Amino acid sequence: MLGGRAVLVSSMSTVLFFAVIALIVVLAPGSEVVAERFFDPFHLRQSLLGTESEPSVAGAFLLNVYIFTISELLILILALIIAVVRGIPGPVFFPFRMVAIAYTDLFRGIPLILVLYIIGFGVPGLGLGVVSYLSDVTYGIIALVLVYSAYVAEVYRAGIESVHESQNAAARSLGLSRWQSLRFVLLPQAVRRVIPPLLNDFIGLQKDTALVSVLGSIEAARAAQIYGASQFNYASYVVAALLFVLITIPLARFTDHLIARDKRRRQAGTVA
Amino acid sequence: MNSGEARGETPALVLQDVHKSFGENEVLKGIDLTVEPHEVVCLIGASGSGKSTLLKCVNLTEPVDSGRIVVEGEEITSSRVDVNRVRRKIGIVFQAFNLFPHMSVRENITLAPRQVLKLDRKAAEGRALELLESFGLVDKRDEYPDRLSGGQQQRVAIVRALAMRPSLMLLDEVTSALDPELVAEVLGVIKELAGEGMTMLIATHEMGFARDIANRVCFLEEGRILEQGPPGKIFTSPDNSRTRQFLQRIIAAGRL
Repeated sequence: MLGGRAVLVSSMSTVLFFAVIALIVVLAPGSEVVAERFFDPFHLRQSLLGTESEPSVAGAFLLNVYIFTISELLILILALIIAVVRGIPGPVFFPFRMVAIAYTDLFRGIPLILVLYIIGFGVPGLGLGVVSYLSDVTYGIIALVLVYSAYVAEVYRAGIESVHESQNAAARSLGLSRWQSLRFVLLPQAVRRVIPPLLNDFIGLQKDTALVSVLGSIEAARAAQIYGASQFNYASYVVAALLFVLITIPLARFTDHLIARDKRRRQAGTVA
Repeated sequence: MNSGEARGETPALVLQDVHKSFGENEVLKGIDLTVEPHEVVCLIGASGSGKSTLLKCVNLTEPVDSGRIVVEGEEITSSRVDVNRVRRKIGIVFQAFNLFPHMSVRENITLAPRQVLKLDRKAAEGRALELLESFGLVDKRDEYPDRLSGGQQQRVAIVRALAMRPSLMLLDEVTSALDPELVAEVLGVIKELAGEGMTMLIATHEMGFARDIANRVCFLEEGRILEQGPPGKIFTSPDNSRTRQFLQRIIAAGRL
């Protein structure tokens, strides 16, 4: 931990750092305009709660929460399936492995906003009955799940490959099948190791829910835009930004906590 | 199937002309070996002589290139054999323990009996506790592997293999990764097993132990069994000059 002197130095440096930033903002030629346009207390509060004609940014943010909660659950499952399929050995499964590889290559390569357009405007155009009449939010979730599963599948795969081959040998030598070894021995160790990078991807996902607005859904960023456009005040953007940060910080701290715990555990292991 | 049936019983293990190569490197060059029920056979020889590979082939971790391996009358090198079922009968303990680090001792031991033998939790735990009790590990049942000493980990690994009630145990250099002061507790456990009549095929560098415990010692060099016989004979008056050279090196190194 930090010593007394170190705490003093770090506090001084923090104060100085923010003082300089604040000074630049306050002394900037347009500082009064910015204060009025972005930080006006009245507009901060009004955009948060909404008016009769403008949607509440806080209310709209619930849609972001809904989108990323559903997406994260689906991504955890789909990505795991892709990672496992990619690792199945044997010539019979060659086409499955190819599909898994093509999937990750494709969806990691296309910008999310393009996937949103292609799914959100393309699938309804297909005229495929129910599939073509889903809500904008649902198409948004599908696009997010498709793109993020490609990333998370690679995270899982790295985790599975990091578990030493001798663990599989031990499991198989006890008579466990390939699938049982994966389920009880390899995956539990792999998932533990990839929790930090996995949560990191989820932090990215939470912010990217704002992009679903391109399909017409009124989520926090779009609600802020509507407020800004009609009131000529951008405090709504600051409010939306704060809401995203507020929901991201706990996840970021939780990730740090898991990394620290894993480190402690491993160090305890080497001493014993 | 009529080789080596000295006592009219089916042999626990028969190897006939087993060959195994890794690429260009032929590691096993025609191994013939029979292990009778309740027999303890020790494989000795320098590193790279093929001891570990032989055990891996018996456990079907490595496929053989040619030859037959027969366990209790069943040819396990046949392509039709169910690998998972064969492995239930054969316990193997590795040099590096290979315990599952995310599971407690109890979970390590009960995993295979529950998932493979389909025992219910109570039966599997009963079996595990009984074994832990008899090997003096019962107070470690809820510990995780990384909180145990190497000797304790290796004893747990032995218990984990025994929980499947195998008819044959393969031990692959099980004391080589241990600090010297921890070797005795592991060897003690193996001696206990031998006393109970467990059939064992043991690859080892511990010559004193091999002399103590083995009914038969096989000397391997460059993928062949050059000489085999009772330990009294092999360690005192071996016929083969290569065996003599090997043992002289061991004695010079102070390990016998």
